[in-house]
Amino acid sequence: MARSVTTGRKITATIVAWVVALIIFFPILYTIITSLKTEPEAIAGFNLIPSGTFENYINVQTQSDYLKPFMNSVILSVGSTILALIIAIPGAWAMAFSPTKRTKDVLMWMLSTKMMPAVAVLVPIYLLFRDFGLLDSRIGLTVMLTLINLPIVVWMLYTYFREIPGEILEASRMDGAGLWQEIVYVLTPMAVPGIASTLLLNIILAWNESFWSIRLTTTNAAPLTAFIASFSSPQGLFWAKLSAASTMAIAPILILGWFSQKQLVRGLTFGAVK
Amino acid sequence: MATQNTKTLARLMMAPSVLLLLVWMIVPLAMTLWFSFQNYNLLDPSSDGFAGFFNYEFFYTDPAFFQSIWNTLVIVGGVLLITVVGGIAIGLLLDQPIFGQGIVRILVISPFFVMPPVAALIWKNLIMHPGYGVFADIANLLGLQPVDWFAQYPLFSIVIIVAWQWLPFATLILLTALQSLDSEQKEAAEMDGANFFNRFIYLVLPHLARSITVVILIQTIFLLGVYAEILVTTNGGPGYASTNIAFLIYRTALLGYDVGGASAGGIIAVILANIVAIFLMRAVGKNLDR
Repeated sequence: MARSVTTGRKITATIVAWVVALIIFFPILYTIITSLKTEPEAIAGFNLIPSGTFENYINVQTQSDYLKPFMNSVILSVGSTILALIIAIPGAWAMAFSPTKRTKDVLMWMLSTKMMPAVAVLVPIYLLFRDFGLLDSRIGLTVMLTLINLPIVVWMLYTYFREIPGEILEASRMDGAGLWQEIVYVLTPMAVPGIASTLLLNIILAWNESFWSIRLTTTNAAPLTAFIASFSSPQGLFWAKLSAASTMAIAPILILGWFSQKQLVRGLTFGAVK
Repeated sequence: MATQNTKTLARLMMAPSVLLLLVWMIVPLAMTLWFSFQNYNLLDPSSDGFAGFFNYEFFYTDPAFFQSIWNTLVIVGGVLLITVVGGIAIGLLLDQPIFGQGIVRILVISPFFVMPPVAALIWKNLIMHPGYGVFADIANLLGLQPVDWFAQYPLFSIVIIVAWQWLPFATLILLTALQSLDSEQKEAAEMDGANFFNRFIYLVLPHLARSITVVILIQTIFLLGVYAEILVTTNGGPGYASTNIAFLIYRTALLGYDVGGASAGGIIAVILANIVAIFLMRAVGKNLDR
């Protein structure tokens, strides 16, 4: 009796949950479907079954050189994340393993830099970039993305490193491990998962960053965010093509995102929710 | 002696992050502050020199200023309302045993990974377009007049798009918090005869309080700066109907070439963000003490 009640409840919950999930996912699903339609089909009214053409994907490449903004997105997001990791790992390490009274203040201060609204510094950054010839350069935007994500990188690494028990270091020292052995055999293996999580989340954040990447680039260094935003007016009703470009722009990060659910919660709440 | 060495080493290791962020924080902000008291127009070299509070006055007396503050509040408030209420509801739903939980979770969190320009263009064209969008198709099916969302309800449309992007974030965090609720406590409450409503009010909601605070504060930081969604859908219009503070500053700076005015707006934005930040720092700081 009780069992049938639970099964009934499970089935109801399942149906409701799937309906809700499909409604939320629908805009993405419909974009993928539309990308497989021809242009007249795309504006011919609601239709979930496309004719299945891959023409749009080819057109996006041949007409707009899609590969260029795509490669810019890859280079900018991976480059800025690795740069941020190189800068942040020693700092987070020091704060996690030899904390002082002021460590907490330093961390809170770093977090506070993240709260400065981007628009507040739009003017000076724009003028500095113009004067140093950094507008529309990959180097300039990489530096920007590194700076805006650096606080999150430090924080995430710190929360991971802090969980590595200090006793293990003492034990390895007692066993006669030198500093080098300690780093290679004891610390690195324990730190790698945290570093990988941080890498993943920050690539996602950098890939989707849509203020500086739109404002500081025009063509040469424009990543996918700027490329897609340029579709807003001149492309008008080429929806199938827009959908194909959109699908390709979100697919890689969507898949990375599915693997980073846990890190997302932790990274974006600065360890406040685990 | 050894500790002194360790301390020096630790400081050296922290130096790059700290110095970079220090420069990043001070230099542009100081420039914004300086510009905000200057007459500085990119198109008019003759205007220069100290302006006093003229730029602030100019920004403050611009009718668009109050509208954009109001619009900013509507976007932040509207999105928070939808995402927190929706996030709790969907979190509770996904916390039940269901078939295909993994896939449902993936579907629900997906919008968070969609870059803002793509999200905005999908909604603008495929969903909300008055002629060919899905909403128009539904309206036609029901024999209703399709709504021209971005012309008639520009701000509401933007709230919908942004809420769609942030709902997964709220859901994921609140679900994580729900899953950490002690199941024994839940069972005990159930045994004591507490119905769903009572369990929710007296057990679940207090447990979620901290996570809800975190969701509200973190989203607020991002929502104060909504930009790309406005840029590709309404471009701030019609008139200033969907211009928020961030967009107004962009408009003043890069379309109006008024560096002084935009900088004054930037300082106002910093003050607004700081008010939020103080609360967030407290919430996160408390967690550090634990």
